[in-house]
Amino acid sequence: MIGIEHYVVVSSILFVMGVLGIFLNRKNVIVILMAIELILLAVNINLVAFSAFLGDLTGQVFAMFVLTVAAAEAAIGLAILVVYFRNRGTIAVDDVNRMKG
Amino acid sequence: MLVFAFYLFAVLVIASGAMVIVSKNPVHSVLWLICAFFNAAGLMVLVGAEFLAMLLVIVYVGAVAVLFLFVVMMLNIDFAEMRAGFMKNAPLGLAIAIILLAELVLGIGAYRAGKLELGTPLGDAAPVAGASNTENIGMLLYSDYIFLFEAAGIILLVAMIGAIVLTHRERRATRGHQNIAKQNARRPGDATVNVKPEVGQGVEL
Repeated sequence: MIGIEHYVVVSSILFVMGVLGIFLNRKNVIVILMAIELILLAVNINLVAFSAFLGDLTGQVFAMFVLTVAAAEAAIGLAILVVYFRNRGTIAVDDVNRMKG
Repeated sequence: MLVFAFYLFAVLVIASGAMVIVSKNPVHSVLWLICAFFNAAGLMVLVGAEFLAMLLVIVYVGAVAVLFLFVVMMLNIDFAEMRAGFMKNAPLGLAIAIILLAELVLGIGAYRAGKLELGTPLGDAAPVAGASNTENIGMLLYSDYIFLFEAAGIILLVAMIGAIVLTHRERRATRGHQNIAKQNARRPGDATVNVKPEVGQGVEL
């Protein structure tokens, strides 16, 4: 029978894969944003699984808010990316040094 | 059957996640991301969270993934150059990923060994028997979590305004650009002068 551990294992692997994606594609902001989406998806799977197995709907409501924030973050991130590309003609993360941070 | 479906969705979501981060072409990455979202929705359906599963399909596949696809295809980027550091960063990334996964697995091991107790819910958010998942979430969302729900709406509003402000380009007044108000406000007196020059003097404009 499928228990909570199965879901936790799947979401752990997906989470680690998102972190790995950030490291592997350090130059490409688009893939970094996609890796962040993977991480948030893993968190959502975890929240929903715990919510279902504990019989408490708060987790699902919380997953909905995570979804909202993820959508907002993707929209703002891609907008910044488009503006950056328009100004610089590239999206390489290494070249982001205009603010001398 | 349920077990089979779980393993099918789990394997597919993990394989899609792997393809997202290793595929050479970002367009393929987005398409694998869509696949991952569909399978994650399947996993959620299996535990009875239909509302969230459908929300995942609508919001992620219908909006976020399409947004990604638009941006990837709109920007003219040399993706081969982007992958230059792929192999260089791989050892560090893999090391950190393995450490992270080992820590997470240790947590699961502690739970399996009985050293870790799952919390018990208070019971005030328990699903009402007989009502569907969507009804239950709605009853919770519009009562206990109404302010958080409105805050989520404000977050989306701010994101929308922010995206528009960031990407909006002010149109420069180019030649042939018509300003109708200015045209209508123009009177003959502003534009013409009547001069009576002396014979042979000419007019200084």
